[in-house]
Amino acid sequence: MIASDYFKGEPIAELPISEVRVPVRPTPNLLHRYANPGQFLRLAHALLPWLSSGAILFLTVGVIWGLFIAPADWQQGDTVRIMYVHVPMAWLASSCYLGLAVCGVLSLVWRHPLADLAAIEIGPVGACAAALCLITGSLWGEPMWGTWWVWDARLTSMLVLFFLYLGHIALIRAFDEPARGQRAAAILALAGVIDLPIIKFSVQWWNTLHQPDSITLTGAPTMSMMMLWPLLITTIGFTLGVAAVIFTRLSAAIHESRARQLLARSRLDRRDSQAA
Amino acid sequence: MMHLPNHWPYIAASYALTLGCSLVLGVGAALRLRKSKARLAVVEGHARRRERSAS
Repeated sequence: MIASDYFKGEPIAELPISEVRVPVRPTPNLLHRYANPGQFLRLAHALLPWLSSGAILFLTVGVIWGLFIAPADWQQGDTVRIMYVHVPMAWLASSCYLGLAVCGVLSLVWRHPLADLAAIEIGPVGACAAALCLITGSLWGEPMWGTWWVWDARLTSMLVLFFLYLGHIALIRAFDEPARGQRAAAILALAGVIDLPIIKFSVQWWNTLHQPDSITLTGAPTMSMMMLWPLLITTIGFTLGVAAVIFTRLSAAIHESRARQLLARSRLDRRDSQAA
Repeated sequence: MMHLPNHWPYIAASYALTLGCSLVLGVGAALRLRKSKARLAVVEGHARRRERSAS
């Protein structure tokens, strides 16, 4: 498919469609305001100190509370303290994947210029969260269930999420032409969203070894407030930390991309001057 | 009262892994941003000098 097929009636050069860059119209909505990398960098610069200091503060309080102040569980004893790192990692793994899917929509539908860059940067962070969720889950499962792993619906669907992350990371870098890789990865991210409700409802749909949700949107939490508070605090802390990491990585990617463009232009200029 | 076994090695491993990975990700991202800013400044400096010499 060539560009002239895609933009019917517009007399433009017959470039491969992947080479065409559609200019973003200066509309006043929020979506397009941050399509400008300069605008995004200014926002990131303003937010980063707040995000990182908030993350350090919340994590310090949450970890100390979770490890030393929160009560032990009457059945699980102190092992329940693993919950204060395991649950935030599960939440972040799912949230980051939702972020990847949103980037996929923005990239495929609106061709938002930062969406593909954001997807490249969110993928490894989400994969790390999914891996940590699985590892801390195993470390919790071994003393409680007597096994590191069972092919339980919740564990298996989280493992599938981890593989989806790996697939996304591999696919986005698999093509010589980056636009094709980004498009394929965006489609994978959208298709993989089906795993998120499966993870969430697996403990209700199937009889699992994994315990049911202690916190739901509709009902009251089934855990003591002395356990719920540190859990909320560590979750907020890790969320702020991951937001800070993603903003930093995305800012770095914008700088690297700008440097690559300048270098490519200077190489072209040099070649033109040599030819002249 | 029921005696509960001590599982602190599992708890310590979970916290160490999670906080360690978070720290590595955070520091890695900060260093990458610093490096990319420095590289861009160098490249922009070269481009500006070239433009000035060309004009």
